[in-house]
Amino acid sequence: MAALNIKKGSTSHSAYELRDPNSQVAESHTLAVLVDNEAGVLARVIGLFSGRGYNIDSLTVAEVDHLGHRSRITVVTRGTPAVIEQIKAQLGRIVPVHEVHDLTVEGRAVERELALFKVVATGEKRIESLRLAEIFRANVVDSTLESFVFEITGTPEKIDAFADLMRPLGLADVARTGVAALSRGV
Amino acid sequence: MSQSMTGAAMVVKALKDHGVEVVFGYPGGAVLPIYDEIFQQNEIIHVLVRHEQGAVHAAEGYARSTGKPGVVIVTSGPGATNAVTGLTDALLDSIPLVVLSGQVPTFMIGTDGFQEADTVGITRPCTKHNWLVKDTDQLAETIHRGFHVATSGRPGPVLIDIPKDVQFATGTYVGPKTVRVESYQPKVKGDIAAITRLAELIETAERPVFYTGGGVINSGPGASQLLRELVDATGFPITSTLMGLGAYPASGKNWLGMLGMHGLYEANLAMHGCDLMINLGARFDDRITGRLADFSPRSTKVHVDIDASSINKVIRVDLPILGDVGHVLEDLLKVWKSRGRRLNKPGLAKWWGQIEGWKAKKCLDYKNSSSVIKPQYALERLEALTKSRDRYICTEVGQHQMWAAQYMGFEAPNRWMTSGGLGTMGYGLPASIGVQMAHPEALVINVAGDASFLMNMQEMGTAVQFRLPVKQFILNNERLGMVRQWQQLLHGERYSQSWSEALPDFVKLAEAFGAKGIRCSDPAKLDAAIAEMLAYDGPVIFDCMVEKHENCFPMIPSGKAHNEMLMGDAATEGAIQAGGAVLV
Ligand SMILES: Cc1ncc(C[n+]2csc(CCOP(=O)(O)OP(=O)(O)O)c2C)c(N)n1
Repeated sequence: MAALNIKKGSTSHSAYELRDPNSQVAESHTLAVLVDNEAGVLARVIGLFSGRGYNIDSLTVAEVDHLGHRSRITVVTRGTPAVIEQIKAQLGRIVPVHEVHDLTVEGRAVERELALFKVVATGEKRIESLRLAEIFRANVVDSTLESFVFEITGTPEKIDAFADLMRPLGLADVARTGVAALSRGV
Repeated sequence: MSQSMTGAAMVVKALKDHGVEVVFGYPGGAVLPIYDEIFQQNEIIHVLVRHEQGAVHAAEGYARSTGKPGVVIVTSGPGATNAVTGLTDALLDSIPLVVLSGQVPTFMIGTDGFQEADTVGITRPCTKHNWLVKDTDQLAETIHRGFHVATSGRPGPVLIDIPKDVQFATGTYVGPKTVRVESYQPKVKGDIAAITRLAELIETAERPVFYTGGGVINSGPGASQLLRELVDATGFPITSTLMGLGAYPASGKNWLGMLGMHGLYEANLAMHGCDLMINLGARFDDRITGRLADFSPRSTKVHVDIDASSINKVIRVDLPILGDVGHVLEDLLKVWKSRGRRLNKPGLAKWWGQIEGWKAKKCLDYKNSSSVIKPQYALERLEALTKSRDRYICTEVGQHQMWAAQYMGFEAPNRWMTSGGLGTMGYGLPASIGVQMAHPEALVINVAGDASFLMNMQEMGTAVQFRLPVKQFILNNERLGMVRQWQQLLHGERYSQSWSEALPDFVKLAEAFGAKGIRCSDPAKLDAAIAEMLAYDGPVIFDCMVEKHENCFPMIPSGKAHNEMLMGDAATEGAIQAGGAVLV
């Protein structure tokens, strides 16, 4: 099945290219949106999602090309194939949007998220949290006698799993960045 | 060529560089420097409206009737918020507008200064794009981008918010040619393989129909010309949305009339029964489709649109073609001709036979009266007495709008100005002013309802001041007629708040503004009264007292399919069921 990378003005925006265009099953898609880094551009993207009732599961944004004034917005969204297709087309017509990539359709992408976990515990629980952190390759970035802050990078699923394990051990606070993603290969 | 000048001077210079001849606006503190520049020149005419909503609708009328962008200037705060309805209207109907708003000086932004509003925030969802200009050196470039974005691709309104200090400060002016909006370069040529596939479908179709929309008009007069050529060459029937009227002439032999909720029987049944639907620049709006599950169930659907997000949004189509209608039609004609102009003639003949049967229903027939003017009769007479003139028709929103679409014929594009997508009461009077500014010699008529007319009636002052002989033809039923009709059909005849109580005397109102007022309530005197209106060289309010409880038919009730149309007053009670009642 051809990739559904709707470049501006592309005719690949077609009913034929989705797996099952009429499926009513919601899928999760990771979209990379390259935009001019101008005032209000994030508000435009977010406003599109809220105004048209689309979901945002995760959102990250940062400038990726300072000289070219380009930012990359990575959105993880959820919807039926028809809705996902519509989201991409709607994103594509925002004036400062240059490219919209559906990383989920373009092939397995590398997806990473960074998270910080504060675990407040003493005794056996404290030792257990440290042991698990090692297994998950999380780093201790702050420690007191009653707490650790762990830094962990990975797929959202890995971070979810780590959170589940830390919860009974005294998880006090979490900060997550949201997903950053790139397609594999060239 | 770059020159140094103030931001305010740049605004005027940029407008001139874009060939702007008329702007519609209203001054205030935050745009005084721009108004000072306007004062000191004679090339651009500024039309002073009476309310900023009027300025935007006037600019829309100007734009629709010329194909050029309409330009508006408003002040900060209330000036900008008053423009919001017009911006939304223009967005939904794809009308190119460049709206310049004043803003408090940059150093005051965010302090809740006097007449400060987050104009860019408020108008973000109702513009195609908008900008806040914080640096005079960026101003000229931003205005040029604004014109590019408003007019290219699917047209729409843009807003440029200009703080007062940016207008006062001096910066460098750059000309329009130096600016390119990299990220916004819509594709106009359609995919040739897809166009060839469409040609194949045309060759074999037994029951085809062209379903055309405002996109054909927006694509320019060339697109309408190509459409006519294609329709004549193929002999296919053609219908159009409210927005597309005039692209194909109403007198054309393949014309089925408008489709949709108040569309013609033959048009809707052709849509329902076709085997090939060719959508050119329309967007499967809910007024058109009725119940989605039963929308044209047996057809192969082709959709030509310049906006990728319009394709497969509501109806999944079999053959999407992304591109400008005019370009696609040109290629399509070439391809189809080079393949030998083939058609399924026997199929078509049978199809036309079926269509003639539907036409024989004469769905627009109504019971006329010799004692009271029927609104349909009024419009038939208006049509008959004006159709040979160089004529532009605007409307307000309601029953009168639908009757105008049904009973008046449009022979050319850009002659019909109506609020389709947003359905904005109060659109027509200011729009007629914009049209008349663009076409000073033409006959410009606004077909109005009494309630809609009141929404922006202050613009009569503008018409009088600028000596614009616009004719306000009010079908006065002393009701919010369309609301009353729905209440009759849907809410057990409980006419909640749909009376126009305490209406003004429209004749005296006209006179109070310095215009002419004419009233007519006798069908026998209608022709003479219309002739009097046409003969008067100045703005007129024509108070046409009509039957108060007339309903607009045919009607596809909300939530019903095309083949479940109501044809007349018989058995309409309770016709819209609970499921449809939630729809608008
Ligand atoms: C600004 C606005 N408010 C409310 C409506 C809802 N509405 C649609 S038609 C209508 C009644 C219009 O009455 P009138 O202008 O007298 O026209 P008629 O239907 O009687 O021909 C109303 C209130 C609207 N379309 N626009």
